[in-house]
This record gives sequence, C-alpha cells and structure tokens, in this order.
Amino acid sequence: MTGTPLALDIRRLDHSFGKRRVLAGIDLAVEQGRFAALLGPNGAGKTTLFSIATRLYANRSGAVKILGHDLSARPRHALAELGVVFQARTLDLDLSVRQNLIYHAALHGLAGRAVAARIAHLLARVGLGERQDEPVRVLSGGQARRVEIARALVHRPRLLLLDEPTVGLDLAARTAIRAIVRDLVADEQVAVLWATHLFDEVAPGDPVHVLHHGRMIAEGTAAAIAAPFGGDLEQAFRALTETGAEEVA
Amino acid sequence: MSGAGRPIGLAGYAVCFGGILWREMLRFLRQKGRFLSALVRPLIWLFIFAAGFRSVLGVSIIPPYQTYVLYEVYVTPGLAVMILLFNGMQSSLSMVYDREVGSMRVLLTSPFPRGSLLFAKLAAGVAVGVVQTYVFLAIARLWEVEMPLAGYLLALPALMLSGLMLGALGLVFSSLMRQLENFASVMNFVIFPMFFASSALYPLWRVREGSETLYWVCLANPFTYAVELVRNALYGVVEPVSALVVAGCAAAFFTLAVWAYDPGRGILGRRGAPKGDTP
Repeated sequence: MTGTPLALDIRRLDHSFGKRRVLAGIDLAVEQGRFAALLGPNGAGKTTLFSIATRLYANRSGAVKILGHDLSARPRHALAELGVVFQARTLDLDLSVRQNLIYHAALHGLAGRAVAARIAHLLARVGLGERQDEPVRVLSGGQARRVEIARALVHRPRLLLLDEPTVGLDLAARTAIRAIVRDLVADEQVAVLWATHLFDEVAPGDPVHVLHHGRMIAEGTAAAIAAPFGGDLEQAFRALTETGAEEVA
Repeated sequence: MSGAGRPIGLAGYAVCFGGILWREMLRFLRQKGRFLSALVRPLIWLFIFAAGFRSVLGVSIIPPYQTYVLYEVYVTPGLAVMILLFNGMQSSLSMVYDREVGSMRVLLTSPFPRGSLLFAKLAAGVAVGVVQTYVFLAIARLWEVEMPLAGYLLALPALMLSGLMLGALGLVFSSLMRQLENFASVMNFVIFPMFFASSALYPLWRVREGSETLYWVCLANPFTYAVELVRNALYGVVEPVSALVVAGCAAAFFTLAVWAYDPGRGILGRRGAPKGDTP
C-alpha cells in the first residue's frame, strides 16, 4: 500500500437479500479528514450499504476497506477505526447517558480514568455535560442523537458513519447536530460519511455520492453536480433519479 | 491514539466481557418486575402446585434421594432449572428486542470476534439466572426444602452449565425470530413442552408407567439432563451422563448460534435490515 489510505474505500460491491438485489457495483471513497454525503431517497440502499460497512452483514463480493484495513480480512482493525450512528435509535433507555458510553467503551476493550475523562469531554462537547447521570429515557430526540454521536467517538475512530442522523428531529436539533459533526471534521480530522435524503444538509463543496435503486448514479462535489441545473442540488437530484438507473434486478 | 493502533489483548477481552456483564446486571437491577416474576413463577409451583399434589404424587426412593421425599423436595431442582430456562429465553427475547431497537448493532460493531461477544452476552444472562436460582433455593429452604450445604456449592457449576445450554438455545431462537411477537410461540412450542416433557415434575419411571412414548420424548429432551444434573449436584453427586449431555448440547447450541449470527454465513445477512431502518 502506498500513500495515505482512504478512510473508506468500497469497490465493486454487490448485495442481495435472496433474489432481491439491493446494491449493484458500488464504488465509494471517502478521504481522511473529509466530510462526504451519501445522498439518496428512502429505499435507495443507504442503510444496507451502512450495514455492510459496519459488518452487520458481510460483503460477499467486492471489497470494503476502512483506513486501509480490509473489513473481511481484518475486521478487528477495521471496526476499531469506525464510529457509527445508526438510523434507528440504539441507546439503552434503562441506563444513564454516561453508562451508555462506558458500555460502548468496554465493547472496544477500553476502561479506566482516561476513558472517563474522554467521556466527560465528549459529553461536554455535544452540550450534555450536565446531564450525564440522567437516564436516556428522559432525553429529547435531538439530545439522544447527540449522545449517540458522543458515543460513536469514545474509542477515537478516524471514520464516522451517520445514517440519516437528523430524521425526525426539529430544525434546531438538526442544525445543532450538523454543527457538531462539521466541527469534528474541522477540529479532529475525523472523516465523515453522512447519509441523508435532505438536500439542505449538503454544502456546495462537499463530495456527494448519489445512490438510487442500489446504484451509484453520480459523484462529485455538490456544486459540480448541481451546476448544470443552475446550482440547485434538489433539481439536479430529481433529474438524475428520473433518468438514472432503473431498479437493480 | 486512533482505534486500530490500540492492541486488543487479553485485558481488552476482560474489559469487554466485564462491560457486557455489567450492563446486563444493571438492566436486571432496574427491571425489578423481571426479577419478581422470575421468582414468583417457580414459587407458585412450589407453594401451590407441589403442596396440592403432595398427597397425589408420591415419589419412591430413587437416586440421589436416600429416603422417601416430599413432592416439593422432588420438584425443587426442576423449578430451579425452570428459572434458567425462562431466563435463557428471556435473554433471547432481549436479543430480539435489542435487534429491533438497534442496540444489538452496537454490540456487533465491537471489534472483538462475534463469537466472543455472543459468549459474553450468554454468560451475562447466565449470571443473572444463577443469582435468581439461588434466591429461589434460599426461599425454598425456608419452606423446609433443604439440601446439604455442600450441595448448594456443587450445584453452582451444574447451574452454570445448564444455564449456558438453555441460554445458547435461546440465542439460536433469537437469531431465528425476526420480531418480538414471535416470543409467544417460543413459550408455547419450546418452554412448556421442554418443561413438561422432562423429569422436572415427575420421575421418569412414573412417566414410563403412563406412556412409553412420552418416556422416550423425556429422554430425548436436553432439559431432563439439566434437571438431573442439578438435582444430583444439590445432593453432592456428580452425574456424568447428564453432565456430558448438557455440556455437549451447550456446545452444539452455541456453535449454531455463532453460525446464525455470523455476518457472512448466518441468517442476519440474508434477511435484511432490522425493523425501523429503511434499506
């Protein structure tokens, strides 16, 4: 291997559930320390792609590498570099905010004072330092999401995957979460792949990967993709998905 | 230091195992209703069913008993293992719940091998079950169902092994169940048949008097061996056939569970995204 490895490097990935093919020939690259968006409507295959990248399902074709570690051959190294915020809520409602993060640290083999300090730092960073001993059950949707982001960072991953993290949140919560993640990229050089179907979450300079019916139909900066349509990403997306790939079969 | 630069040695495994056990215990302590219902179920059997049937069901001298025993003395080991059976299935229920709400995914994205994660989850569930069982045995002792004190100690490995077998079976079921509602089927088609078609409530010679077929069903039921293993251990006897059967079944069920949860080969990869997620 030469040069700096990509934070996420997916090549020629296919996936089927039974006879239903949900991903076809996916190539996707996210550079280290960069924010990238995975744009696609509901049902495009974003969550399946995330499930494979987090090894919930193994890829049976193609290759997935995280910071140069092949997910099939070296899952332990690859997963240690990966932080995830799933689309579904995944906090333990019966535990406190801090206990959820301690549990996550333990799942990565981490414990002790340094971890406790890291957890306190991360909770302060997402604005929940005062609420660390409260049960998760009493938090709002936006606060719970911020806890999930803090949790995903406990083991210092260099790649963060977020699967539609703002779904179901109000405008203020969405704005707060976007700001937190953008700051992470700027301050800690964490690479981020942000799956969304909301166009206002993508900045003009962001690398964008457009997924539709299980195929990657466009890639480039948001500005470049939107340029032929007067800079309107939403309009570009509509045009692409109307003329883009038919559903994979 | 980034994640992959960190060595994952034995200490890391210990932390991970300890974390999973700690979470299970915390959840258990917070779910007082779960603890109470786990205790009330066998106590109802002991206080009402066994007391009521005392005069109807006589138990002759069979190993490990050296004298005639009251019916409640006979059923107590079976009820102890029933706690483990319910606990094992309850753990599987929590796995299905975890999968539905997504926290299962958090567990499965740990860098530790999936087999070790499942084993830690299984062992944590068994620890909870064994605590419940000893509380039940202590209450039974107040009800004058007394075993030799050394028997309580020898029963610990027997309870753990039985718990591992039943918990591993629960893990297999949890991988097969797509939704929580299916747990009612597990109650009807797994828990009740396993419990009733075993030596928990009546000795096998009695079963054989009633039905030769049922006798063979009981003999083929791993739950019977768990009950006999615990019953003998409680009286200071190691019953090798039961120990081997229970250990073998535990290994087989756990292997099956690891296969079912394997991201490449198992059922998860063929079924698609958990409920709540779009594909």
